[in-house]
Amino acid sequence: MSRAVTHRAGFTTAMGLVIEREIMVRLKSKAFMISTILSIVILGVLVGVSGTLPTLFSSTDKVAVTSASAQAVAGIEDIEPIEVDDADEAKALITAEEVEAAVLESPNSPTGLAVLSLRSAPESLIASLSLTPEVELLDPDAPDPTLTYFIGLGLGLVFFMAAMTFGNTIASSVVEEKQSRIVEILLASTSARVLMFGKVIACTVLAFAQIGLTAVAVLTGAAISGNDLVLGKVVEPIAWFVPLFVVGFVMVAALYAAAASMVSRTEDLASTSTPIMMLIFLPYMGVIIFSSNETVMAVLSYIPFSAAVAVPMRVFLGTIAWWEPLVSLLILIVTTLLALLLATRIFERSILKSGPKLTWGQALKR
Amino acid sequence: MITLDSISRSFGDKQVLHDLSFDIGDGRMTGFVGSNGSGKTTTMRILLGVLAVDRGRITVDGEPITPGHRSAIGYMPEERGLYPKMPIIDQLVYLARFHGLTRRAAKARGLELLEQLELRGEPTDTLESVSLGNQQKVQIAAALIHDPQALVLDEPFSGLDPAAVERTLDVLTSFAASGAPVLFSSHQLDLVERLVDDLVIINDGRLVAAGTTEELRRQRSLPEWTLQADADLGWVRGVPAVSVVELDGNWVRFTAPDSAAAEAVLRQALSVSSVSSFAPHEVALNRLFQEVTQS
Repeated sequence: MSRAVTHRAGFTTAMGLVIEREIMVRLKSKAFMISTILSIVILGVLVGVSGTLPTLFSSTDKVAVTSASAQAVAGIEDIEPIEVDDADEAKALITAEEVEAAVLESPNSPTGLAVLSLRSAPESLIASLSLTPEVELLDPDAPDPTLTYFIGLGLGLVFFMAAMTFGNTIASSVVEEKQSRIVEILLASTSARVLMFGKVIACTVLAFAQIGLTAVAVLTGAAISGNDLVLGKVVEPIAWFVPLFVVGFVMVAALYAAAASMVSRTEDLASTSTPIMMLIFLPYMGVIIFSSNETVMAVLSYIPFSAAVAVPMRVFLGTIAWWEPLVSLLILIVTTLLALLLATRIFERSILKSGPKLTWGQALKR
Repeated sequence: MITLDSISRSFGDKQVLHDLSFDIGDGRMTGFVGSNGSGKTTTMRILLGVLAVDRGRITVDGEPITPGHRSAIGYMPEERGLYPKMPIIDQLVYLARFHGLTRRAAKARGLELLEQLELRGEPTDTLESVSLGNQQKVQIAAALIHDPQALVLDEPFSGLDPAAVERTLDVLTSFAASGAPVLFSSHQLDLVERLVDDLVIINDGRLVAAGTTEELRRQRSLPEWTLQADADLGWVRGVPAVSVVELDGNWVRFTAPDSAAAEAVLRQALSVSSVSSFAPHEVALNRLFQEVTQS
């Protein structure tokens, strides 16, 4: 031992090594790459064709008209007028199912027209021929509840899927090291904290790369299809979603790492990680179910596990004061720091314990 | 020299190490022996800094041990493990870089070690794709990858076939011969006996004996002799200061306080009949071990 000692890599260098390995292993994994590329391509293509979808599914209806009523149907989309001489000929064509409907003159009707059909008349036709009351929109930009619901569903799905997928990724990476026992060699070279933080950061980077690429694909698809539903109005909610998601994701990843450190075998993982899954799943369901209930949404926007979805939704609805997202973010940051402390503590104590799985209680007590 | 000084450690209410002290000398193979659960693995983990001590300290050449010192120890844990699905050379490089080696230096060193250990297979193969014997070679390479200045090996011979035992032995002895301290634990006492310069025996987390095997023999038991004659040797039981350990007609094994007393027995035997053999008896290490752990 009298010779010069080698220099153990410092905290950041060692963490860099862990991050590098975790990312490279995933990038070299065919399963990860294929699922990532597939999901990106599928989503991009879906949004890309979404603008042209209605035309793919529409069909043209043949409608019998007389010379007197031909003027009324002119310019209505998806209608192909077939000129007939009189009502009897129109009826014959309908019965023979050669036309869907007939539009005839009718002095008794307020519109001066009558529609004949066999069973049901094409709705677009009826709508076009009906009288519409005058409509005045007081706030044409007010949020559409359906759109709100879908934004909640979409953001929730992104958060939920990312948390679940990468939570499991980090958990299996921890268990792999514990199960293969390499963790003991690693702990002789570096600290448990370095291992855990490295994995959490690597997973966060991977999750963001995946979501970022998906977002680029969706936006490109939207630009191609000219779908302004995706492009407009949601910029500010998404601006809040990003920081809340990053912090929330770190919290979830750390808890998953702690859960994984408590078991020795992959088979036992489900039992310690289920409570975390519930912590993500229940608030997520809450946001979707109560998307129109302002009080519940206000509460959910302060709960760390649902803030990432609830805050952007309230921003979109405009029911949130300017300072509220900041308070949510602050609460989330504090919770995440506590979760990191807790997870580090559990991880350091449990990572070398082999044998039966520990419960959360045991892991905290010892 | 690495010195453990009054190391104590508890897990919960259970104290597993009690004021454990011993030295690991430079250039010496130190065998670490004790029954299962006696605290060997805990001691080694503490040495490596994987576990912390409750009390006591570890010094290297008189200085308190630093992370730098620990980084210069090559470690092979009892439960072997590397990444099954990672290419062999990649994991060696990964481990080496925690010890401050550059990627290039680590790779060169790794390839050199794999060649020395005669790995059958490509360095770019995944670990799980090579045979168990070759995985063992990779494990040894992992302990040596950062050119350590001391070795700590937990049960390095367990589960090895005879060829692998010899190969591991070669690595250890040549390593110790370079002047570095080597500590290894083992259940295979015959191997330990053949190999070690110094022996540390612990039981229930307490040191029961430490020193060279010769010292231990002298310390723990009276010297023994065996005697083979042509007539019945039952009368040896009656010789004062001598006690019979084993008697089988014309053959006896006995302890005597010194060689003069043993030679007195020989002279008496010669006066009765002819003697075909008389020799000092080496106490086997496993008996020594039983003796010290049961007393």
